[in-house]
Amino acid sequence: MICVICLAPVSPEFNWTYLFTREPECYLCADCKGKLEVIKGETCQVCGRSLQILETIHVKDGVCRDCQKWEETDEWKGVLRLNQSLFLYNDFLKETITRFKYRGDFRLASVFISFLPKDLGKNKIVVPIPLSDERLYERGFNQVEAILFYTKIPYTNCLVRIHSEKQSKKTRQERLQIENIFKLEKKESIIAQDILLVDDIYTTGATLRIAAKLLKEAGAKSISSFTIAR
Amino acid sequence: MRFYQKDNILIPTKSNPPHSFRISYASPNLLITPPLTRAYPFNPQLQATLQGKALLLSELPFSEEEIQVHYENGYCSYMQGIDKNARNKYICKRCGNENQQLFASFPCARCKATCTYCRNCIMMGRISECTPLITWSGPKLTQETSEIALQWNGSLSPGQQEASDKMEAIIEDQSELLIWAVCGAGKTEILFKGIEKALKQNQRVCIATPRTDVVLELAPRLQEVFPDIKVLPVYGGSEDRHLYSPLTISTTHQLFRFQQAFDLVILDEMDAFPYSVDTSLQYAVQKAGKEHSTLIYLTATPDKDWQEKCRQKKIPFVTIPARFHQYPLPVPTFQWCGNWEKGLNKEKLPATLIKWIRERVPEKKPMLLFVPKIYYMEKIKMLLQPIISSLETVHAEDSNRKEKVQKMRDKKLDLLITTTILERGVTFPNVDVAVLGAENQIFTESALVQISGRVGRKKEFPDGTITFFHYGKTNSMVSARKQIMKSNKEARERGMLL
Repeated sequence: MICVICLAPVSPEFNWTYLFTREPECYLCADCKGKLEVIKGETCQVCGRSLQILETIHVKDGVCRDCQKWEETDEWKGVLRLNQSLFLYNDFLKETITRFKYRGDFRLASVFISFLPKDLGKNKIVVPIPLSDERLYERGFNQVEAILFYTKIPYTNCLVRIHSEKQSKKTRQERLQIENIFKLEKKESIIAQDILLVDDIYTTGATLRIAAKLLKEAGAKSISSFTIAR
Repeated sequence: MRFYQKDNILIPTKSNPPHSFRISYASPNLLITPPLTRAYPFNPQLQATLQGKALLLSELPFSEEEIQVHYENGYCSYMQGIDKNARNKYICKRCGNENQQLFASFPCARCKATCTYCRNCIMMGRISECTPLITWSGPKLTQETSEIALQWNGSLSPGQQEASDKMEAIIEDQSELLIWAVCGAGKTEILFKGIEKALKQNQRVCIATPRTDVVLELAPRLQEVFPDIKVLPVYGGSEDRHLYSPLTISTTHQLFRFQQAFDLVILDEMDAFPYSVDTSLQYAVQKAGKEHSTLIYLTATPDKDWQEKCRQKKIPFVTIPARFHQYPLPVPTFQWCGNWEKGLNKEKLPATLIKWIRERVPEKKPMLLFVPKIYYMEKIKMLLQPIISSLETVHAEDSNRKEKVQKMRDKKLDLLITTTILERGVTFPNVDVAVLGAENQIFTESALVQISGRVGRKKEFPDGTITFFHYGKTNSMVSARKQIMKSNKEARERGMLL
């Protein structure tokens, strides 16, 4: 067997658990596993970032300053109820996500499944953040759908992305200015439903909020989100 | 992407029309390139970029339409990226990977099917069943280099001269040669004459080396002695990698992109990681050479297999047992130091090592200490701080690696604690070297010979000591010492020492 990230051969620990469980879809070596930093402890009640690494002056009532700013405006207040993220976006995860998303190593999506909360998407409509058709063809797959592919969680593609500049090349200001990057399809499927948006990285939270606002205005009951990295 | 065929011509399509197929499933006769239309005004920039290479569409700064027109006129070919071998297993045509664990499948938005791709060379962009590799089939561009001249006035040591002559002869025969030159023999200068000869015959030359640092060091050096041509450095992210050059200096990894490109390939440090363990890099070297080409292996420390090949005269080889400055190689001494790992856990360093350091502190002698694991470095540093003022640790993932090595070069450090990353390619004048835990399996014979080769490299300071602190002698340690002593003996016998 090889480690799904570093591709080095690893021999699994040979114990009873190993004997009686089916071979896992993915095997991580101890080295790589150690480099992934799971977000734990106290987190921001809105965006789910770890509050331990923030200075206390930036936190008010368990909400980080970035989220306070969002919640202060009438336009964005309460649009995104809650975001939950798995890992700290450290250098190792950056490298891994780059290989996954931009080099196109689909198999890396399987790394994350064993870390996902068991009840992810339960009683909710799961909606992946889409790619534009152009970008989808270029990459060959949508990185969010790749993760959902391995988890086997059912999802609905009710958002469509209008082709534009690459998100990662824009500043926060520019990201906020562009409003209409999504279009809603299959409107009836989301009305009065709890929605879980899924994306790979929560950076400024703009993408998720733009999508959430569109869903909310179309009649969704509540919108929360889940991302791999924060 | 998918293709369909019309009059035996492949036509690419982004949709999924009936009877369309992926390049990996194209019938062999469809992969034959259409005949050359001589009158077609091909794009010379495409020729310069693509000749001698096999690239993905996404790596080419030309439109898919332009490639297709060149294909239809017989100037470009579409090749399968992923193929099946004789046992019906996947094989990657770019990196030669046949390890099935390094293939994965996914629902592909380009071909709208389950598509298998190679994970081994994924860092160069994904190559899957629906990804064609593009090659050049038109007329070959050759840069006229028969008039160039080597601009170098230095002189070669007797050992270098012999190797240089052998290399010139081998280029005539277009076969293989192993140059086994001890650390500090002056490998680069040996190559000058041979490269000049190849260039004068309008051959295309490549020096491949495992590390980017070496590419960056070699390229200006060669540019200086061959001012008539443009020497091209190629490494991950290098800017000009799409240009054509008669002399390319490349990392071994970048060779994956070349195909049937070179008449002379010089493989530097062929014993070094990762080339020695990664079979796909060996495939890359074979693929990069033309059908009739010369392959020169360059090493200070051939592994057991290659030493055996030489002994049995299975490969032509030449040895340079003496250093350029014609002083003998420093021979390692062994120093038992007990269970040093256990000691470290109790915050203690071996007394023998402390003594070794204490002796050198008053003389301000620069010291290099190799340790087998990053894990121990900080602790050793902490324990040594009371007796030595300026010391640092360095390892592969250290972001300040360059600065620290430079500090050592500038004599601002008395001691540098390092992993095997500094086993090759560095020169610190007047340095003394120690290895702690020389029994660790990471210290192979070749690693130990290389480490010993850090000592006495400068003519001004040809001596220096190399000490292996160990908890039990290993075969690697004994063989390394034997190899060094054998070289010294041979050098003496051949009259190569002062």
